[in-house]
Amino acid sequence: MNEILDAKTGLKEALPTVFGYIGIGIAFGVIGHASGFSTLMVVLMSVIIYAGSAQFTTVSMLAAANPIASIVLATFLVNSRMILMSTTIAPFFKKDSTVKNVTIGTLLTDESFALGMNKLNYTKSKLSFSWFNAVNLVAYLTWIFATLIGAGLGNFVSDPKQLGLDFAIVAMFMGLLYLQVISDHSLKLTLQLTVVALTIVLTFISMIILPKNLVIIVVTLVGCGLGVVLKNAFFK
Amino acid sequence: MPSSNEILLTIVLCGVVTWLSRVIPFVLLKYVKLSKGVIEFLSFVPIVIMTTLWFSNLFTVNTGHLPTLNLAYAIATLPTFLVAVITKNLLAIVAIGIVSLAVLRAMGMA
Repeated sequence: MNEILDAKTGLKEALPTVFGYIGIGIAFGVIGHASGFSTLMVVLMSVIIYAGSAQFTTVSMLAAANPIASIVLATFLVNSRMILMSTTIAPFFKKDSTVKNVTIGTLLTDESFALGMNKLNYTKSKLSFSWFNAVNLVAYLTWIFATLIGAGLGNFVSDPKQLGLDFAIVAMFMGLLYLQVISDHSLKLTLQLTVVALTIVLTFISMIILPKNLVIIVVTLVGCGLGVVLKNAFFK
Repeated sequence: MPSSNEILLTIVLCGVVTWLSRVIPFVLLKYVKLSKGVIEFLSFVPIVIMTTLWFSNLFTVNTGHLPTLNLAYAIATLPTFLVAVITKNLLAIVAIGIVSLAVLRAMGMA
């Protein structure tokens, strides 16, 4: 990663995220197809909802004929972390037009958010529309394409996991977390490591006591709150 | 299985709530300045969310019971982490992660 913020650099730097989208996108297509949805509907979910693994929730609830309101609520809850990510990213685009802001927001993902946060460590805390939009577009197009492949493959492949692609997303978030911790000097290293350790504990406890859909948003809210408390109590 | 219209309506509504979650902060923050406390809170979002997204993916959730560890994922994390420390290169990290898991599966783990 470097300090250049043009579209071409964005395309290049988005490459590592592509594997995650391909892995999950294909899996989503296969599962959507296997759950009885037409290729068109499965692809429309990726085009319109565009919510990564949250779409698995949508598909399984739809297939089980849950009421529409509860499906929409579950999808909202799983994706409510987007509010926090958008709020974190938006200040870097304050000078850009509303149209550009809405464009960035519309295609923002966990991956482009994490990549953008990493990029800040190389650019003296600046982001550009062209860089971010390029990253977002790579993500969106790969996601749709992978879904289409998966829905088509559904007839032939029963287990998309054989290739190990499902681990791409886990490896990627671990990698982005590591790179973030070693390169972000705005928070002290000991504080960051403490927050990471606490978040791991919080996540584990939440997985026991909370419904799956609530784990990420609750842990994020509590974890960030604890971070603020720790910072003010011990790391001033 | 619901009808095509019901499916389509659900997709559109899910799309709208997700889109609003993404876009509203961008529009609002053009006009509202965040307080120092909120900015401090948000400065923890990246590491907390990346930790949760990584760690929760290593498990299968069974609410009310202990989550089930995906052993192959946990083992594959080790070489992947090593590559992260050595290369600091995201593409290498992801590639070795995929290969590690494929090798584990080929060996009959998972």
